[in-house]
Amino acid sequence: MIQLQNVTKVYPGGNKALSDVTLRINKGEFVFLVGPSGAGKSTLTKLLYREELPSRGQIIFNGKNVVRMRQKDIPYLRRKIGMVFQDFRLLSQKTVAENVAFALEVTGASNREIKKTVPAVLSMVGLAEKAGVFPGHLSGGEQQRVCVARAIVNNPILIIADEPTGNLDPETSWELMKLFKEINRRGTTIIMATHAWDIVNAMKKRVVELTGGKIVRDEEEGAYRYED
Amino acid sequence: MRIKTISYYFREAFQSVVRNSWISIASIGVVAVSLLILGSSMLLVMNANNIAANLESSVEISVFLKDQTTPDQIKDLENKIRAMPEVTQVVFISKQQALEEMKESFGDKKDILSGLEEKNPLPDTLRIKTITAGQVAPLAGEFESFAQVDQVRYGQGVVEKLLAMSKWVRAAGLATMILLGIAAVFLIATTIRLSVYARRKEIGIMKFLGATDWFVRFPFILEGMVLGLAGSLIAVLVVYFGYLSLIGNIQLSLPFMQLVTDRDLIKPLMGGLIGLGLIIGATGSLISMRRFLRA
Repeated sequence: MIQLQNVTKVYPGGNKALSDVTLRINKGEFVFLVGPSGAGKSTLTKLLYREELPSRGQIIFNGKNVVRMRQKDIPYLRRKIGMVFQDFRLLSQKTVAENVAFALEVTGASNREIKKTVPAVLSMVGLAEKAGVFPGHLSGGEQQRVCVARAIVNNPILIIADEPTGNLDPETSWELMKLFKEINRRGTTIIMATHAWDIVNAMKKRVVELTGGKIVRDEEEGAYRYED
Repeated sequence: MRIKTISYYFREAFQSVVRNSWISIASIGVVAVSLLILGSSMLLVMNANNIAANLESSVEISVFLKDQTTPDQIKDLENKIRAMPEVTQVVFISKQQALEEMKESFGDKKDILSGLEEKNPLPDTLRIKTITAGQVAPLAGEFESFAQVDQVRYGQGVVEKLLAMSKWVRAAGLATMILLGIAAVFLIATTIRLSVYARRKEIGIMKFLGATDWFVRFPFILEGMVLGLAGSLIAVLVVYFGYLSLIGNIQLSLPFMQLVTDRDLIKPLMGGLIGLGLIIGATGSLISMRRFLRA
């Protein structure tokens, strides 16, 4: 489903974030991206949703060439990808339900569809009774679950989570991972960039390790251990 | 476009106006002040033009005929002049009529003129009006070459000065309007940029959620238009009622001033101001949005 072919990314100013990366991810996989800060994890995810363009190489997502994609097609690419960020990126002046509904509104979904889908997704992430609350009145874990609800409400085929547990305590992190596991079990591909070694070790999923912009390890049921 | 999406646009635009109420009030104020100045200067130009046009239309050429001209020659000359395309009116004033007019203008001192009836020194005169004041000077030159014509008078110098002034007022008014219009667009662009900047996080979220550029842009354009409309309505109300009460006062104290009072002339100007407010708001938003979308 995702294919990166000899992808190199050099930022303006000469900072080389990725160097000749070739990676293939199949539908339904759960992939951890690990490695030290600045290894290129975030850059790799940004290339997938066309936040950044590679300097060299090709990227195929869901049968379409992301690099050659025209500007006006980018929104439709992003509707197939759910995003979860470390800093949540929720709208503070909208309620939980409105934040989730917003993801449907930008795609032009009907009111009926929104009314039907949003409560279902909120109950799936366990926030049904918080629908009318503003994000500022929620705990970090609850806010991140709102983000997950927003990411999955469009039925994306891929979830990209960039250090989703970075602002959460261990217990809340595990709640979130259960949620991701469930989403993955239903067939959605998940790519998660993380520093949380305990989570990676316990989940026993595919681990892709980046160091200095290069893939140094790629193994099924891998563990974190990039220090050794 | 779906009804649902349209209602989303309007909801977002109005919510944003309410939420960013201070920035919104600033924007409305800027539009109102700009259009107020614009509207007032337009009314000034309209009135300057009106006064100039009135003065222009009152300019006429007096052609004094030689004493020995026969009535037949006068008739011929009158017909010849009337046939000219620039001429709108030819009036023949005989020596006797000229004297009567003069007596009238002297009022109760008309005795001074008694005795002139026997040997009237005033010439027969043709008074000619033209379509525009610009035609007066060349036409007067032409009349001077006619055999029966003794002298041509048309307030030489005054017409030229009046025309130059009228032209100058028009040019200065137009330049002021254009400059103020541009200034208004950029002031709106700046204030809407503040509003966009205040919501840059929201724009970022919309973009990663897969919103199209137009979907992101449209509520802001609508917001700009709402602000432009509000500002222009304030300006229109102030200019319209202010002007009506002003001309009411002027007509009482200075009745000879020829002001534009025709509401059918003022109303399109007010409609134009509202339209301009909408355009200014939309243009300002578009300018502000360009930078935020191409990221």
